[in-house]
Amino acid sequence: MKFAVIVFPGSNCDHDAYYAASHVLGQDAELIWHKETDLKAADAVILPGGFAHGDYLRTGAMARFSPIMREVQAFAARGGPVLGICNGFQVMLEAGLLPGAMLRNRSLKFLCQQVHVRVEQTDTPFTSACRRGQVLTIPVAHGEGNYFADPELLARLEKNHQIVFRYTSAEGELSEESNPNGSVAAIAGICNQTRNVVGLMPHPERACESILGSADGLIIFESVMQFVKSGALVGGAQSA
Amino acid sequence: MIDPQVLERHGLKPDEYERIVSLMGREPNLTELGIFSVMWSEHCSYKSSRVHLKTLPTEGPQVLQGPGENAGAIDIGDGLTAVFKIESHNHPSFIEPYQGAATGVGGIIRDIFTMGARPIALMNSLRFGSLDESATRRILEGVVAGIAGYGNSIGIPTIGGEIAFEPAYSGNPLVNVFCLGTAKASDIIKGVASGVGNAVYYVGAKTGRDGIHGATMASAEFDDKSAEKRPAVQVGDPFMEKLLLEACLEVMQTDALIGIQDMGAAGLTCSTTEMGSRGGAGIEIDVSLVPQRESGMTPYETMLSESQERMLLVVKKGREHEVEQVFEKWDLHAVHIGDVTSDGFLRVKNRGEVVAEIPNRALTDEAPVYRRPMEKPAYLAQVRVLDLNLLGPAPKSEDALLRLLASPAIASKRWVYRQYDHMVRTNTVNLPGLGAGVVRIKGTDRALAMSVDGNGRYCYLDPYRGAMLAVAEAARNVACTGARPLAATNCLNFGNPERPAIMWQFAKAVEGIGAACRALDVPITGGNVSLYNETDGNPIYPTPVIGVVGMLDHADRVLSRRFQTAGDAVILLGVGHGELGGSEYLKVVHDQVLGEPPALDLKAERALQDLLVALADAQLIQSAHDCSDGGVAVALAECCFDSAGIGADVELEGVNVAQTDQVNIAAALFGESATRVVVSTAEAGVPKVLAMASACGVPARRIGRTGGEVLRIGVAGRTAVEMSLKEAERMWASALERYFVRRVA
Repeated sequence: MKFAVIVFPGSNCDHDAYYAASHVLGQDAELIWHKETDLKAADAVILPGGFAHGDYLRTGAMARFSPIMREVQAFAARGGPVLGICNGFQVMLEAGLLPGAMLRNRSLKFLCQQVHVRVEQTDTPFTSACRRGQVLTIPVAHGEGNYFADPELLARLEKNHQIVFRYTSAEGELSEESNPNGSVAAIAGICNQTRNVVGLMPHPERACESILGSADGLIIFESVMQFVKSGALVGGAQSA
Repeated sequence: MIDPQVLERHGLKPDEYERIVSLMGREPNLTELGIFSVMWSEHCSYKSSRVHLKTLPTEGPQVLQGPGENAGAIDIGDGLTAVFKIESHNHPSFIEPYQGAATGVGGIIRDIFTMGARPIALMNSLRFGSLDESATRRILEGVVAGIAGYGNSIGIPTIGGEIAFEPAYSGNPLVNVFCLGTAKASDIIKGVASGVGNAVYYVGAKTGRDGIHGATMASAEFDDKSAEKRPAVQVGDPFMEKLLLEACLEVMQTDALIGIQDMGAAGLTCSTTEMGSRGGAGIEIDVSLVPQRESGMTPYETMLSESQERMLLVVKKGREHEVEQVFEKWDLHAVHIGDVTSDGFLRVKNRGEVVAEIPNRALTDEAPVYRRPMEKPAYLAQVRVLDLNLLGPAPKSEDALLRLLASPAIASKRWVYRQYDHMVRTNTVNLPGLGAGVVRIKGTDRALAMSVDGNGRYCYLDPYRGAMLAVAEAARNVACTGARPLAATNCLNFGNPERPAIMWQFAKAVEGIGAACRALDVPITGGNVSLYNETDGNPIYPTPVIGVVGMLDHADRVLSRRFQTAGDAVILLGVGHGELGGSEYLKVVHDQVLGEPPALDLKAERALQDLLVALADAQLIQSAHDCSDGGVAVALAECCFDSAGIGADVELEGVNVAQTDQVNIAAALFGESATRVVVSTAEAGVPKVLAMASACGVPARRIGRTGGEVLRIGVAGRTAVEMSLKEAERMWASALERYFVRRVA
């Protein structure tokens, strides 16, 4: 299969996602410049981490104006799998691909550390190889990862099973200490109603090799590979 | 119009002005005077330090680029090179901690990618006053946030460093930042201008009035007026630098470039002069073409601005369009501001009219060089005397160990490094806090290890030995990961060189660095000197900080300080002599900074480091940790921490350095004798490890085994420390953070 990794000028995890897809998983992958208007026949799209356009305004606020985002929106609307990691998740919120907003971390400080996330939903393209309740050890690295949804939205996310990942302890228990940034309902990642668009703050691409401390992130990429191979996406999302 | 007041404002001495007039053959105008003042400042000219720096070893088969370029470079095999340097941003960080530290990071990153290398790792070495002072906490928070804000945004991991706290840094914190990049050795590009008629391009942020005379500021002492110098501190824009980094690396792939240099200290002045000088050419620019962010800037201001994120490029004639196009892709505008000439002059025009015209040589080679007077400082006679029999009452060994573990210098720095993105680029195989920083090199089996170290207290007590110890410790930390130390960079932080006592400290420290680098075969490939680190006449401790880079042939054989398995044997390599002079124990427990720093036998040090590399390569040991601050007791505790609760039970030999048992036990536990490393190995590996140690001439002794939930240390057959690991780790892990918990009124 083929991954497209979108490169905004301030992306800095673009090469990490590309490396995970191409070198670790051995799949086709292409870096696609944000000014381009073609996803080059990709089967899945990754919006990587970083600071898309410097993010001096709000994180991800300007990325939705990049030309490639129109294609990403269309790809998502056709049911194509799109993964937003960290800044990519923030971009998705700003672009309206996913609901909610990001606040600064509860500590008001940038935070880089391993965390544990529990897989809450296994019917998305990026979690289909996981067990429900499986705990993954994956690092976070962000200053604004404090996910916020008002009570109404939160209720809707719960009802529609859109909460895909939650911060927990290593044993999978919810607790104040295991929520690194103060996210509402310990939310680490969500999906859209049609489930093909997933955004999360932790960095699965940083947890794909044991030499880096964890290979738990691989399952996210393996899930989408299975999803694409199984032809789950009827008709394909590539062609408009 | 150039009167003594004008000269003083420019930091120029009357005899220096006379030299300018004689070199020019006329009186300089104000713009020219400004240019001389920054180029001849201590910061740019190294006028006080140069004669000493010349004595450092800078060569070796591994060195591809020594001092004199934007950064040094070494051979790391497969046609690849590692490019690295350390630099200070002390003065700006005191005046405005966040921006001072942030722009320090930005500056060192530019030095690395200017050489054609992609920066892949950052480290830092920080010094502050006592954390009990609120001003120190504010400065530390600002500095850490500034380092994080810049490095995290640009996407280069900050993989480690060191922090120390001494009252001597209270009015003059030290912020030294290190960056390392990698490149194909054949892609290295230099800061040189040549080829008459080639185009000189300016690219990056617009020029403003910020940072004018930053280099001159960094060449003067501080006093109560220093806060007024805030406009001389620049403001960083990591996004702009990210664009520059990517665009410059892309341009370098075109071979349309002759040379490139960043505009750091002394901005446009320094880059035009140095590039011309290195290439034996001249540069002529028109300042009216320089993109400006403020209106009405004079040529003087434009030439002296230290606005950040700007680069100067020399482009081959006829290839301009190619270069411009790459920058356009990144929404940057490269502006043709001048050309290379043959006459060796820096010529500055303003709308065609010449406003400054100075021979490059006058600004560089002919800059003054001082052999400043030196005198052994008077304080040494008092502080070198340490009578261990007069120390007074001391707490129990367990309590002393807990106090050391909770002292800010030794306590876990997690609160700091988790603010740094230390994992981006997915190369970090040894996380911060576990020893030297280690990044793998993708596409190879290898990894690079790096450590920055210094000990101001040791250098205060004996700058020669203290500097040697700094080199030895940095190299030892690298060797503890299993990497072979290859080369070094240095950042020399001292007080006012016009005082003979300070100059003596400087000269002795440089001698010590030279001796240690020669013995350990780690040539100095570059670095930075920061003088005038004084506030109200109080100098900092002399603080040479050494960065050592080494290589592991197999990234997956990397070692950390943590014990890996319960039931392993613990072996101490090296011998403790109970040396308490200048120790953390004396400072924390007895509030004294006295004595002689530990002795250092460079031959024994070299043998120990060679042994560590061999043991790691043979996969005979599970962990390795250097004994430094707090001695072997602290080292053992740190081997247990972060290991998922693996304790240890060990027995140390006693020492006889004082009349009472209590002091002798403390000396055995907390003495800081150099050239010692705690390693762990599977029981079956013990004979092999001991045999290899013996073959290398390194004293080695099995001192105990790992396991249990307790750390027990016996000294001369009697239990000296027996404590719950959980409790000790909690103290160590939370001590630093406790200073920053928001105090609710």
